[in-house]
Amino acid sequence: MIDRRDFCKKALLIAGGMAIPLSALELFDPKRLLAEKNDPSPTRWAFLVDTHKCVGCGFCVKACKIENEIPYDANVTRTWVERYIVARDGKTYIDSPKGGRDGFTTPKIDQGVEHQTEVRNEDIEKAFFVPKLCNQCDNPPCVQVCPVGATYQTADGVVLVDRSWCIGCGYCIMGCPYGVRFFHPVYHVAEKCNFCYHRISKGMKTACVDACPFGARRIGNLKNPNDPVTKVIMTERVGVLKEEYGTKPQVFYVGLSREVK
Amino acid sequence: MVHGEAWTIKEFFCYPNEYIYWTIQIVMYPFMTGLVAGAFVLSSLYHVFGVKQLKEIARFSLVFSFALLPVAMMPLMLHLQQPQRGIEVMMTPHFTSAIAAFGIVFTTYALIVASEIWFVYRAYFVETATTLGEKRERGLWEGILYLIYRILIMGAWDISHEAREKDEKAVKILAGIGIPVACFLHGYAGFIFGSVKANALWMTPLMPVIFICSAVVSGIALCIVTYTVTMELRKMISARKRQQKPWLPSTDELKSAEVQVVTMTSKYLLMFLVLAITLEILDLVFRGYTALKSWDILRSVIYDKDFFKIFVLQYGCGNALPFVLLLLPRLSLKRVVFCSLLVLMGVFMMRWNVVIGGQAFSSSFAGFMEYRLPIWPETMELFKEGLFGAMFVAITPFVLFFGITRILPVFNLKDSH
Amino acid sequence: MKSHVWRPLYIVLGVIVLVMLAKAILVPKDFGIGERGYMYGWHRKGNEADWKAVKVKYKTMDYCKECHQDKYDDLRQSPHAAIQCENCHGPALDHPDDPPTLTIDRHRDLCIRCHARLPYNGSGRGAIRGITPETHHPEAECVLCHYPHNPKLEAKR
Ligand code: SF4
Ligand code: SF4
Repeated sequence: MIDRRDFCKKALLIAGGMAIPLSALELFDPKRLLAEKNDPSPTRWAFLVDTHKCVGCGFCVKACKIENEIPYDANVTRTWVERYIVARDGKTYIDSPKGGRDGFTTPKIDQGVEHQTEVRNEDIEKAFFVPKLCNQCDNPPCVQVCPVGATYQTADGVVLVDRSWCIGCGYCIMGCPYGVRFFHPVYHVAEKCNFCYHRISKGMKTACVDACPFGARRIGNLKNPNDPVTKVIMTERVGVLKEEYGTKPQVFYVGLSREVK
Repeated sequence: MVHGEAWTIKEFFCYPNEYIYWTIQIVMYPFMTGLVAGAFVLSSLYHVFGVKQLKEIARFSLVFSFALLPVAMMPLMLHLQQPQRGIEVMMTPHFTSAIAAFGIVFTTYALIVASEIWFVYRAYFVETATTLGEKRERGLWEGILYLIYRILIMGAWDISHEAREKDEKAVKILAGIGIPVACFLHGYAGFIFGSVKANALWMTPLMPVIFICSAVVSGIALCIVTYTVTMELRKMISARKRQQKPWLPSTDELKSAEVQVVTMTSKYLLMFLVLAITLEILDLVFRGYTALKSWDILRSVIYDKDFFKIFVLQYGCGNALPFVLLLLPRLSLKRVVFCSLLVLMGVFMMRWNVVIGGQAFSSSFAGFMEYRLPIWPETMELFKEGLFGAMFVAITPFVLFFGITRILPVFNLKDSH
Repeated sequence: MKSHVWRPLYIVLGVIVLVMLAKAILVPKDFGIGERGYMYGWHRKGNEADWKAVKVKYKTMDYCKECHQDKYDDLRQSPHAAIQCENCHGPALDHPDDPPTLTIDRHRDLCIRCHARLPYNGSGRGAIRGITPETHHPEAECVLCHYPHNPKLEAKR
C-alpha cells in the first residue's frame, strides 16, 4: 500500500527525474544572455526595392539562380518578379512565370493549370512589376518554428539555413507568410534567399543587385546612417509587405500598391 | 523535379515556390496520434474513473494504444526530407517551435503507457513464467516466451496480495497522469497547426481543443471497431473449440457481454462527438462573422472548392449521420460498428480538410493549389507521400497489435484490472 | 523502502542517460545560442563560415574591365551602360582559367527581356523602346542589325 506521505515522496522523485532532461537543455546561460544585450554587430542588412524602376527583365532572377546554385530549370527560386495588371473593370491579374527568370516578353498572363489570359492594352488601368525576395524579417517566424535550430538569424540580420542540420520537416516553409522558402532540389533541405551572404560578407553587393540594370534593387546597412539606402528608408515613404503578421520585414519597397500580395 | 511539384496543381496566382509541402503523411500523423490518445483515454475511463462497464474494453484499448504508438512516429519519419536526422529533435531541441517538444512528449507518453501495461500484466508475466519454468520440456516458442517474460518481469517476482495492490495503485496513478499527457500529445499536434500564423485556415486557438475532441472520438471509434472484429473472430474460434471443450464460454455469453460493452462505449463516443462538432462549427461561424482579410479566399475554399469534402464527407457522413444513427432506439451491434466506421472516416476527412485544405490556397490569397494524391509509387518520394505510404502506415498498427497480443493477451485473463 | 513499483523508473532513467550520452556525442561543439538569442539564434556557429565560403560566380564589370577595357569603354558610352557584362555573357567564374571562353548569347530572348513592348505605365517598362517579337523580324537575331554594346550606332558592326 502507498500512503499519502509515500505518495508525496514519490511524486517529488518523479518530478525530480523529469527535471533532469530539462536541465540538459541549457535554456539559460547567463554569459550568453549578457552577450546578447550589448549588441555586437556593426551591421544590419536591409534591402530596398523601387517598383517604379523594375521593368521585369528578370536578369536578377537569372543571376540569383546561377550564383546560388539553384538548378536552373527547377521551378523554385530564391527571388522572383511578379507582374501586376489591373484592368479597367477592377480585376487584378498577377503572374510570375518561372519566377520571371526569362523576363516578361508577352502580354499573355499565366493563370496556372495551363491557361493564359490577356488584357488588351486599352483596358489596362495600371501595370507594374514587383521583385520579391526573403525579407530577412526581424522577427522571423520561420526561425521561430524550426524544431532543431537548423535555421537561424546571424548578428547582422540575415536568416540562414544550416544544410547539414536541417531535417527537412518543412515547418519553416509553412511558417513564412511570404512563400519565400522551398526545398532545395539537390540537397533536400530548406532553402531561401540569404542576401548572397557570401558576397555581402566580402563587401560585394548581392548578385541580383549587381544584375539589375535599372537600380530597382539596392542593399544597405541600416546601422550606418550615411548609407544611401538607409537614408532613403529613413527619410522617404517606404512600405513593407504583410506588416500585419508582425514579422518586421527588412525589405523595403518604394511604390507599393494595395494590389500587391 | 522539385519536391511538391508532382502532386500540386496551381491555379491563378501562387508564389513560385509554393507547393503542397505537407501531404498525406501529415494527414496521417494527427490521425494516428489521435487514435493513440483516444484509445488511451478510453482505457483510462475504466482505470481512473472506474467505469465498470468498460472493463473488458479497457485492457484491450490500452494494449491497442501501445501498438499504435510507434505508428504515430511513422508518418513523420516518412515525411521528413532527412529522416536520418530526425533524432536531432532530441539533440538540439528549439522549444520555440511547436514540433521541438515532440520527442520529449512522445517519449514521456510512451514510457507511461509502457509502465502502465507493465503493472497491468506483471502478475500475468510472473504466473506464466512460473508455469513455463516448471515445465520440464519447453518447445522453441515456449522457450522464447519464457525468456521474454523473464526479462519483462525485471526481477519483480513478488505477486503477493500486497504487491498486487501496489500494482493496482500504480496503474491508477499512471492512467491518471496519462490522460493529461495523452491530451497534451494530441492537443499539441493541434498546436503545431494552430500556431502557424502564416496560414489563415490553421491559425486559431481552438485548433488544439478541436484536435483533442476529434482524437478521442476517433480513438474510441477505432477501439469499437477493432474490439468487435476481434470478438467476432473469437466467437468463431470458440464455436469451433467448444465442440471439444464444452466448458468454455458459450457464444451467447460472449455476445451479450460484447453488446453491453460496445453500446456503453458508444455513449462516450456520442458525447465527444457532440463536443467536437460544436467546436468546429463555432470556429466556422466565427471566421465567417469576423470576416478578416483572408475570409474571401477561405470562403471560396470552404464553400466552393472543398464543399464536398467538408460538408458532405466530414460533417454529413462523418458527423451528422452517425450522430442520428446512434441516437435512434434499439441500437444494434452492427449499427454501432457502422457508425464507428463513419466516424473514423469523418475524422480522417477532418484531418485532410485541415492539412490539405490549409494549403489549398496560396498565401498570396490570389490563387489556389490542388492536391492530387499520387497513387502509383514510381519513385520513393511518390511512395512515401502517396497512397501506398499512407496504407503502409494504416496497416502497421494492426500487425503490431497482433504481434503484441502474442505476448500480452487481452482476452480471458482470469483476474486483473 | 524497497518496492518493485519503482522498476519502470529505472528504465526511464536509462532512457534519459542514453539521450544525454547521445547528446554529448552527436551535438557539434559549436552549437549554441547566438547573438539573436535562443528564439532566433539557436544554431551551429560554424555554419556561418560555411555560407561565407560559397564561391562567387558573378564578378561584376570591374573584373571584366581588367582585360576587356575596350569593350568596357564601348559599353560605358552607350544607353546600355548599366547592363553588366555577365548579364549577357554569363557568370565569369574563374575565367580566363576556367572557363577559357564565355558563351556569347546572341539569342533574341535576351534582348526582348526588356525590348518586348509592354505599355505598362506604372513601371519603367512603358518607356523602353520596344518591339512586338512575333512581327519584328522573327527569324533574325537582333545582333544582326543592332550592336548590343552600343545600340545607338545602329548596325555599326
Ligand atoms: S521572408 Fe520568410 S523566409 Fe525570410 S525571414 Fe521572413 S519568414 Fe523567414
Ligand atoms: S525544414 Fe529544416 S530549416 Fe525548416 S523548420 Fe524543418 S528543420 Fe528547420
